[in-house]
Amino acid sequence: MAIPKVCGIETEYGILVRGGDNNPVSASSLLINAYLNAHTRNRVGRIGWDFEDERPGNDARGFSLDDALAPDIETHLVNAVLTNGARYYVDHAHPEVSTPECRDAAEVVVFDRAAEEIVRASMTAARQLLPDGAEILCHKNNSDGKGNSYGCHENYLLARETPFGRIVNQVTPHFVTRQIVIGAGKVGCELPGVPHDEVAYQISQRADFFEEEVGLETTLKRPIVNTRDEPHCDATKYRRLHVIVGDANMSEVATYLKVGATSIVLAMIEDDVMGDDLALANPVGAIRQISHDPTLQRTILLRSGRRATAMEVQWSLLERARKYERSHGLESVGESVGADVLRRWEAVLTGLEHDPDSVSDVVDWVAKQRVVLGFADRHGLKPGDARLKALDLQYHDMRPDKCLASRVGLQTLAAADAVRRAMTQPPTTTRAYFRGRCLAKWPADIVAANWDSLVFDVGRDPLRRVPMMEPLRGTADHVASLIDQSDTAAELLVRLES
Amino acid sequence: MAERTQKQKPAPSRTEEEAVVDAPATTATGDKLKAELDDLLDEIDGVLETNAEDFVKSYVQKGGQ
Repeated sequence: MAIPKVCGIETEYGILVRGGDNNPVSASSLLINAYLNAHTRNRVGRIGWDFEDERPGNDARGFSLDDALAPDIETHLVNAVLTNGARYYVDHAHPEVSTPECRDAAEVVVFDRAAEEIVRASMTAARQLLPDGAEILCHKNNSDGKGNSYGCHENYLLARETPFGRIVNQVTPHFVTRQIVIGAGKVGCELPGVPHDEVAYQISQRADFFEEEVGLETTLKRPIVNTRDEPHCDATKYRRLHVIVGDANMSEVATYLKVGATSIVLAMIEDDVMGDDLALANPVGAIRQISHDPTLQRTILLRSGRRATAMEVQWSLLERARKYERSHGLESVGESVGADVLRRWEAVLTGLEHDPDSVSDVVDWVAKQRVVLGFADRHGLKPGDARLKALDLQYHDMRPDKCLASRVGLQTLAAADAVRRAMTQPPTTTRAYFRGRCLAKWPADIVAANWDSLVFDVGRDPLRRVPMMEPLRGTADHVASLIDQSDTAAELLVRLES
Repeated sequence: MAERTQKQKPAPSRTEEEAVVDAPATTATGDKLKAELDDLLDEIDGVLETNAEDFVKSYVQKGGQ
């Protein structure tokens, strides 16, 4: 049976300084430091990231490029671990939040929303540190409209024994077509040589940037299936599928369906019920064709020689998921969340098919398109007008007074108080609980943290590294009472050993 | 897609019937949607960056992952 689909999202936010020095690297550092100073007991840099086990160059196809690739992460930049179990850091030239490990899609939505609120709080805190009139703006998007892209990645736990070749073959049709449900929409096209009026509006932020079917890269020649083999847990038992092909969503339901439907698809692949018949003849061409056709009418070629629309591929995946629910159950993705995901997935496909406007409250690209078309119509604007691009950017604007996504009537899923709690408290359902609770209770005794370890300094002994190689150990059920009963970190370490 | 064709088969005739019966309601819903969109666009007129062209021009990001 499929193993539990522990999951999470990492989002690189767009960043811009207005009225000051627009250096994105220093602005990202300032933004994060401002938040840490204002809202956490971490002294800056006190709790560092432990790079001991980082191996971004390991390839799931069985070789390592660590010698050939420059290290992905610049270790001198701000890199904090928060008490909610998340990581908040500077990646390349962007502030990035990785949610803690979550047990299901509903939990991911709460922690992704909490990440947005952390970024908003950071922007407010940064204002105090900047000269009068200067401000840092953040956008939860994936492109600047000028050919530069930055990612919103998903991560899913898979059993090591699932053959990687099967994953690549069978998940690609979903990765290429799921954009019709979860695309965030984009004004214009960023492929070189494509004029504004040829692709005035497209479904996905990211589709223009994918050049390979499968590969290790994340910043150049981006592949639809990324092969980074860095499980951050017991590598003999698990894989972490690192998914780089999604858009950052403003719609909570879209985030929910992105993670929920993909978790189910991966569970089906793990249980080997998916089959190869949906394999695409040319995934890279197809992902662009689909994105460039908001009418959803264009067909793509399958390897079998058949042609199908993205909608037909999604219907077929949903039908298979329904069958899988009956034959295997959905425990691996959470029974009730899984059932709800299937219901909503079907509702979105039905809506897109019969009346796309009816899903403008859940589908980002439809919501954005409605505003862009309405605005262009009202003001008589032609494709390529800067005001339409401004609408696109402002859809993702993290400033509450400028954000358009919060004005277009999107449904919400996460309760406000749950989001507030999730800014500081970890999920109870994964090892993130242990990480977050320890950081909150003993910030002075933890010198470094990582996804799969905490390093304690309790004074008299050498540093003590506590490995956390099992994503589902260290939950509230396992360690809440241990942590509650320990007054000091030293006591906790003694209890953990006994 | 065999699975889908099966599932969707009854849909067209039902949709046609509903379209006839519900015609006035659909127009009313359409008017309501249009009014909502007009209100939203009024709001957006006030929220959009005053110098959209400069804003868009200045929005340059370094590529990330």
